[in-house]
This record gives sequence, structure tokens and C-alpha cells, in this order.
Amino acid sequence: MEVEDLSIEYTTQAGTVRAVQGVSFEVGEGEALGLAGESGCGKTTTALAIMRLLPYNGKILRGEIRFNGRNLVKLSERSIQRVRWADISIIFQGAMNSLNPVRNIGYQIAEPIILHEKVEEPVAMKRVGELLELVGINRERIRDYPHEFSGGMRQRVMIAMALACNPKLVIADEPVTALDVMIQAQILELLERLRRDLHLSMILISHDLSVMAETCDKVAIMYGGKMMELGKTVDVFTDAKHPYTQGLVAAFPDIRGQRTMPASIPGDVPSLINPPTGCVFHPRCKFAFDRCTAAEPALAEVTPGRQAACFLYPQVSEVMQRAVTTAAP
Amino acid sequence: MGATEVVTKKPTISPLEATLRVAWKRAKQVGTQIYHSRNAMAGLIILLFFASLAIAAPWLAPYRPTQPVADATCSTLQVPATYLQPPCPAHPLGTNYFSNDIYSQVIWGTQISFIVGIASAVVATVVGTAVGLISGYVGGWIDEVLMRFNDVILSIPWLVLMIVVAAKVGVVDLTGLILVIGLTGWSVTARVIRSQVLSIKERMFVERAKMLGAPSSRILVRHIFPNAFPLIFANTILTVAVSILSESVLAFLGLRPPETVSWGRIIAEAIDNAAVLYNAWWLIVPGLCIVFLVFGFYLFGYALDEILNPRLRRR
Repeated sequence: MEVEDLSIEYTTQAGTVRAVQGVSFEVGEGEALGLAGESGCGKTTTALAIMRLLPYNGKILRGEIRFNGRNLVKLSERSIQRVRWADISIIFQGAMNSLNPVRNIGYQIAEPIILHEKVEEPVAMKRVGELLELVGINRERIRDYPHEFSGGMRQRVMIAMALACNPKLVIADEPVTALDVMIQAQILELLERLRRDLHLSMILISHDLSVMAETCDKVAIMYGGKMMELGKTVDVFTDAKHPYTQGLVAAFPDIRGQRTMPASIPGDVPSLINPPTGCVFHPRCKFAFDRCTAAEPALAEVTPGRQAACFLYPQVSEVMQRAVTTAAP
Repeated sequence: MGATEVVTKKPTISPLEATLRVAWKRAKQVGTQIYHSRNAMAGLIILLFFASLAIAAPWLAPYRPTQPVADATCSTLQVPATYLQPPCPAHPLGTNYFSNDIYSQVIWGTQISFIVGIASAVVATVVGTAVGLISGYVGGWIDEVLMRFNDVILSIPWLVLMIVVAAKVGVVDLTGLILVIGLTGWSVTARVIRSQVLSIKERMFVERAKMLGAPSSRILVRHIFPNAFPLIFANTILTVAVSILSESVLAFLGLRPPETVSWGRIIAEAIDNAAVLYNAWWLIVPGLCIVFLVFGFYLFGYALDEILNPRLRRR
């Protein structure tokens, strides 16, 4: 799957929020991509756009989302309905609230199968049993209710639900947030195993870099709705090119190092209603110079296999000012 | 995860059998919880007592409700008469001015209370739930129209509305009575259900079902209705209590089918004949019956709400 030059806006009463601007990345077969960044940087919006599940006030301005040679942005609602779940599925944020408290989990996992493959409930239930075992839940618990499961188990249920229609790409939106560290490790291990066994492509969304480090082949660092850096996970974390990534990595305490307060990046996340001119990160960047306020850096390859959007690197050019075009919704 | 392999070797059972097993397991659970709830048991005992009276009426009651008794064995009048006999072994609750055995009338009246109470509550709940679900889920101008109409009904005192409607259409048989009580009593139910639906539809799992591509009808029937069901069920039982009271009030005011003898009618006839002063036996027991049956439904209704509502349920 490839995402190219994706831009999304939300219309709110306070003004237009440019949630995602010119984001591009690709995920190969069986590959895991991490989308990292602070809250409100456009990670979830990007994921929802891929599923074409943006809220009513959100709009894809331009860009392409290509999946198996088809541009998902241009598909009709009917066609995208067939892609959703069958090809691309999502593990929802917050497993606690995404389960209906009065239906048993078997029914809820079966729901996408019944809806998308138009099969009868007993047929779907048979598959649900297999799915439960796949995610490490006893088949016998198929008729149990969500409140009878722990947080980690519920997350497994959500994963089973995402896998219900044998998708090729799974988007995991903060899959381990709000779980304790032990359970986080188990869930990540499960995702890793499923990805390997089922040849899944995966997009993992998280604000937790350690989660990325454990599971992803590639990471994309987002900030203020824009892509800051993209590259192999190991490379990005060991040798960050973009000042923002450097700040993020430095903010992680080193267990072998001195006992010091973790470094933080001063300043706040920019308002996306009224973003700063030039590079969105420049107000918080300690390397910022004149050019950063005046022009916007484009994502460019700075070393082989690594892309960054920062004027510190001579390869990086300015973003072309595009004429305002409105793509089909 | 080690146990998983062992379990899968169990012989597979048919889906129907599995469903029945689950239903039976669930019923047993609810049964246990009712057994351990003092309120539910008290309510249930009262309800079972009256229900057995209603069912066994043909065997328990020696006379038909409007059949005059022939004997005057209990009469204390100077010239023994069949009417206004005080309680005695032959007529446990005495006889009334029309020579009817009051004990028999009370027993038969239990049937009327149950039939009218439950049937009108079902009518009110079906209408109220439909209005509440649609109004809450669909929203927009449909919600606006339904709720403003509901406001108008709610702003008229319920008793007055019911009396006016009953007087206007004329209550000629039980079906008419049931419809009058049911169709004037769904407003509160609709309100309660609507507010519940408004809160349920904002929950994440509804959002999730929408993302899965489930149509509105499915979300309403499969996700929202089951969540509101405990409330609906408990509400129905409480509506039964109100309906029984309504029936008594209407009967007391003379808005009753001519052939049926209900508790409200017994009391009305007693009052008409100044029984409060001279023949109190005529109205005390039917009065207590109304109070206890309504009380029983309330007790059971509230306790059941606590048991069935998943969020109030103890783990």
C-alpha cells in the first residue's frame, strides 16, 4: 500500500484544521510501519483516512491511497465497503469501550464476518472459535461477556475482530495504550507472531517509541500533520536526522545511563488551525534559522533509505507552493 | 494457552444446543440472584400468591362475581336476608347490597387486574419503546416531532387524559379498556428509553458497528436494543403496577366494562352504598389487594432492574 501526498482538513467552528498535510509513505507486503508522534499530530486521522472512515467534518483534500493498484480515495462508498475489513482492517483504540457490554464476544467478533461475507451465524461462529485460538483465548469462552475478560484479553478480542475477514493490512491504533507493561509485551508479541504467520502488513500507530522499536521495520515520525522523518526503525532511533526525532529519542530515559530527568522538547504542539509559517517545528527547534521560518522543507532522502524534512541537510528543498485544488471527497 | 488444545478435542455441539445451554445457564444465574435478593423474593411471593388466586379462581370462588347468593346463614338483620351479610364461614368476606359473595368477587377480580395490568403495560411498552428508540437514534426532525407530541401528552395530567379518553371512546369491553390505558401511558416509557438510547448511541461500540458497515436497523436491533432491554423490562413491570392502579381508578369512576367485576368496581359500589360507615368488610380487602399487588410489582420490578442491568450487576 502506498500513500502519496495525503492532505486532510477538518472543518470546525473555530476554523479549518489542517490535520494532515502532504503525507507520503508505503507499506510493503508483510511489512510493519510505525506511525509515531505526539497527540494531535495526525496519526489517527491518517489511519481513518486509509479506511475512509473520517468523521463527517473531515475531508481528503488531495493525495492518493493506493492499495493493490486501486486508489481508495476515489472509490465509491459501496466499493470501499468491500475493501474495509476484507482487505484492510483496524484494531480500535480503547478495547474497553469498543465492545458491547451486553453481547457476548463471539457474536461481536462474528459481526464483521456476517456483514461482509453474508454468511449465517453458525458458520461465522465456527471461524470465531479459530480466531480466538489464534489470539490465545480459550475457545470455550466464545459466549462470555466483555466484563468477564481482563484488559489484555479484551485487546486480544479486538485483534481477533480485526482479523475476522482475513485482511491483508491491519491498522493498529494505539493497540497497547492503557495496558500495563507486561500485557503490552504480550500483545506486541502476539501482533508480531500474527504478522509473521499470516503475512500481514501492519501500520502501528503509537506515541510510544519503545513499542515501535520492538515491532516495526520502518517508522514514520509525524509532527503537526506533516511527515518529519522516515526510515528503518533501527537507523532512525540510533541516528536520528531530524531535530524533532532527536528530541523524541532523547526524551526516553536510558536505563544504563545517569539518573537524570529525561530531556524534553520545550514548547507546545502547534495549532493546526493556524500553523506556524515555514517548518511547523521551527518554534520549538533549537537549530532553527532564517530559512526555517520563511519556507517549508520537503521530505527528501538525506542518506540512503532515510528521508527527513529539515533544512539542516543540503538535499532538502522547499515545498512547491501548490495551487489550491479540491479533490473529490 | 496450554489448556486450549485440550478443550478443542471436546465433541462439537450444534449451535441450537449451545444457545439453549447458554440460555439455561443464564436463567439459572438470574434465578439464583432473585433467590438471594430479599426484595425480589418478597415481590415474587406476593406476585405468585395473587397469580395463583387468579389461575385457581374457578375452583376457589364458590360463586360467579355477579351471581346472587341464595342463603342468609350469616345475616344479622332482624329479618334474615341474603344481602349485606357480615363475614362468616359461609361468606368469608360477607355479601354486598346486591347479595353477591364478596370473597368470590375479590378472587375473580384478581384475574381482571392481571389481564388488564399486563396487557396494557405491554401495549404501553411496545409503543413507548418504538417511539423512544426511533426518536433517540434517528434524531433530527423526527425526534423533534415525536418529542414535542410527547411533551403535549406529558403536560396533561395522566389521570385526566386517561379519564377523558376513556369517557370519550366509551369502555365497552376489556380490549377497549386495555387500549385506553396502554395508549395513554407510553409517554414516560418513551422518554426514559429515548434518554437511554441517546447515551448508548454515543458509546464506542456503536461507532465500531458503524465502521463495520452495519446498517442502522441492525445497530438499533442488535446493539442498542439489547443494551436498553433491562431498562425496558424493568420499566414494563413498573408500568404493570401503574396500569393496575389506572384500571382501579377508572373502574372506581364508573369507566368500566359493564360485565366485569374488578377490585376498583367493588370499592366503587361499596362507597356508593355508604359501606365505609356500616359495612367496612365490603371494601377493606379489595383495597388491600390493590395495594399489595401494586407493591409486589414495584418490589419485583426494582429488584429485577438491579439484577438484569449489566452495569448494576455484581460480577
